[in-house]
Amino acid sequence: MNAIVEEPLRSATISVLVENESGVLARVIGLFSGRGYNIDSLTVAPVEEDRRKSRITIVTTGTELVIDQIKAQLDRLVPVYRVSDLSREGPHLARELALIKVIGQNQNRAEALRLADAFRARVIDATTESFVFELTGATDKLDAFLDLMRPLGLAEVSRTGVAAIARGTRTI
Amino acid sequence: MNALTTTAVSGAEILLRALKAQGVDVIFGYPGGAVLPIYDALFQQNAIRHILVRHEQAAVHAAEGYARSTGKVGVVLVTSGPGATNAVTGLLDALMDSVPLVCLTGQVPTHLIGNDAFQEADTTGITRQATKHNYLVKRSEDLARVVHEAFYVARTGRPGPVLVDLPKDILINPAPYDDPVAGPHRSYRPRTEPEPAPIREAIRLIKAAKRPILYTGGGIINAGPEASDLLIEFARLTGAPVTSTLMGLGAFPASNPAFLGMLGMHGTYEANLAMHGCDVMVNLGARFDDRVTGRLNAFAPGAKKIHLDIDPANINKNVVVDVPIIADALLGLRALIEAWKSDSTRQDRTALADWWQRIEVWRTKDSLKFTQSLAPGATIKPQHAIKRLWDMTHERNTYITTEVGQHQMWAAQHYRFDKPNRWMTSGGLGTMGYGLPAAMGTQLAHPDALVIDIAGEASILMNIQEMGTLAQYRLPVKIFILNNEYMGMVRQWQELLHGGRYSESYSAALPDFVKLAESFHAVGLRAETIDDLDRVIAEMIASDRPVIADIHVDKRENCFPMIPSGAAHNEMILGPEHEEEARGITDEGLVLV
Ligand SMILES: Cc1ncc(C[n+]2csc(CCOP(=O)(O)OP(=O)(O)O)c2C)c(N)n1
Ligand SMILES: [Mg+2]
Repeated sequence: MNAIVEEPLRSATISVLVENESGVLARVIGLFSGRGYNIDSLTVAPVEEDRRKSRITIVTTGTELVIDQIKAQLDRLVPVYRVSDLSREGPHLARELALIKVIGQNQNRAEALRLADAFRARVIDATTESFVFELTGATDKLDAFLDLMRPLGLAEVSRTGVAAIARGTRTI
Repeated sequence: MNALTTTAVSGAEILLRALKAQGVDVIFGYPGGAVLPIYDALFQQNAIRHILVRHEQAAVHAAEGYARSTGKVGVVLVTSGPGATNAVTGLLDALMDSVPLVCLTGQVPTHLIGNDAFQEADTTGITRQATKHNYLVKRSEDLARVVHEAFYVARTGRPGPVLVDLPKDILINPAPYDDPVAGPHRSYRPRTEPEPAPIREAIRLIKAAKRPILYTGGGIINAGPEASDLLIEFARLTGAPVTSTLMGLGAFPASNPAFLGMLGMHGTYEANLAMHGCDVMVNLGARFDDRVTGRLNAFAPGAKKIHLDIDPANINKNVVVDVPIIADALLGLRALIEAWKSDSTRQDRTALADWWQRIEVWRTKDSLKFTQSLAPGATIKPQHAIKRLWDMTHERNTYITTEVGQHQMWAAQHYRFDKPNRWMTSGGLGTMGYGLPAAMGTQLAHPDALVIDIAGEASILMNIQEMGTLAQYRLPVKIFILNNEYMGMVRQWQELLHGGRYSESYSAALPDFVKLAESFHAVGLRAETIDDLDRVIAEMIASDRPVIADIHVDKRENCFPMIPSGAAHNEMILGPEHEEEARGITDEGLVLV
């Protein structure tokens, strides 16, 4: 046993600005699997007009030391421009989008629609037996909505994973 | 014709121009279908020498030997598929030991990638975790830039192997050549200059220390010979004792009275106890490897720790430190020395003298001692063989490589290095089969030097085919086998940890090494008893040809001192020459390697 194991865990939302080249995502994922770090969520997309840079957002859990290691290991990858620990560098916003299919009839159907309204989920597809809701929000809001849909006929979910950005004027 | 097409040359030609611009004079390689355009271009020029190895793994280790003995980037050229996969062990070896290499691999033409073509392998996928970085060149116009970038990434920051995968059509199609561009890389910017605050804090701690120690590693050697000079200067200024990792041997002269010898699993008694008892530890270019720290929660319990490393990911990875300094070792040492001189605080010289007194007591234990009978017909002790090798070679221009096992540790303990870049061994990966090809690469870089591979009889068989390369290029490498008829290091662990059940560790059906040498056009020598030893060493040194010296040594000898896995620095087992009881190894220790 060493001291590292006994330390408290925290969740970290890390944004990584990378050169948009083939293999860069594999490098990041390989680093997490090879060194035994957790990935709770990972999103990636080009973010510059000329598509030369991509932004990867990773939500991970670990001790303070492990999270520092993750940041240092990411930072030493050759195609990485910048690593930013949003959860440490000040207030930030994190959002996820989910597409949620609920199949059901009568009572359940009406209840699902009512709850969706309360959560401000949009109905983007409907048949006589089903809805597809679109819901955007923080991860826990999505989780709460899904818990409510489960007894009402939740059939399928597709989530984007977390996109995050610092509040105010601060940039990566 | 427009200007572009007149200046465009084949990809293979571009590659060779780029290599020349990077100052490459030798490459280690093995041909195959995918790289034939490069071999054709090599055939038509004289500036770059190609050394044909006998196995691609050996090409990589040879390039490592070349790089580590010169400080330059080593270059490897292999074909696609099996050529590339054979190179993987060498690449990981270079990654773990921070050796700058560029490995060029052939690839099937771009339009066949992904089709399971003949000799296709996903080389960048396979080597992603075995290289510092890798590239697949998909457009001819990127080729020159990528090759230059590969050299830049390999040699800067924490050095390491970089692989460039070259589809065959890219090697054939014409494109313009570009010279290397100056200026920083877009995304990769290693930090090399230390920040002033941690330097000041480090000096404050060291000046106030009562029991300081400098613990140095391969980072000093990678920073160039001047870093070794500064280390000597810093040790003189601080008056602190110095211990070194396996990788760092030679950075600080073994003959300097402040040197305590190697630390860690097979380190000296005084080095490990000084590490355990110090109050300020200054780690210079080492990485708190588990072979060095032993049980982490008992590692230097009372010490403030300062860590100078070029790689921020090494900070707080295994051991939490008080003062991290991220910098190249040369620049870091320069800043430390300047700060020491400009800080007017007085050191506690009385405490330092007391500390040295304790160290001297530990030294009298003479933990590396062994007894060699000189009676006629006496069995050779492996330690004595190394000691005599040192006696008879250290005043020459000598380079030592090793294989992996007990012989490697005895070499580290008993061959005393006074200069950097003279000692090439596989530390991080511990690759049996490293020593012979590494010696080959070293000999190529230093044609007039005496290059010796200290080997075990099991390890040497892992790349023995390279005897052919030695013969072809007349490389007078000396292979000094400590033949104990066992995978001795495995046998030692089985004796100490597994009840003496010697499962599969006997070296059965060994070849006759003398005849083997002769069949490869080399000289074969054998020493069976102490009466033969000095003569065989002398003959080996005197020969201008490659030599295998088969030195029969005591089969039962173990390598001590030893810190068993899971134990602390102050729980060392000493050898049979010492009274101490061998202490039992904990269950936790059993699962460690
Ligand atoms: C490629 C590889 N396979 C296995 C091992 C595990 N191993 C470490 S030392 C050793 C025995 C080496 O025997 P020998 O070369 O005779 O050296 P000795 O310990 O006897 O000096 C083995 C098998 C290794 N280090 N490398
Ligand atoms: Mg052996």
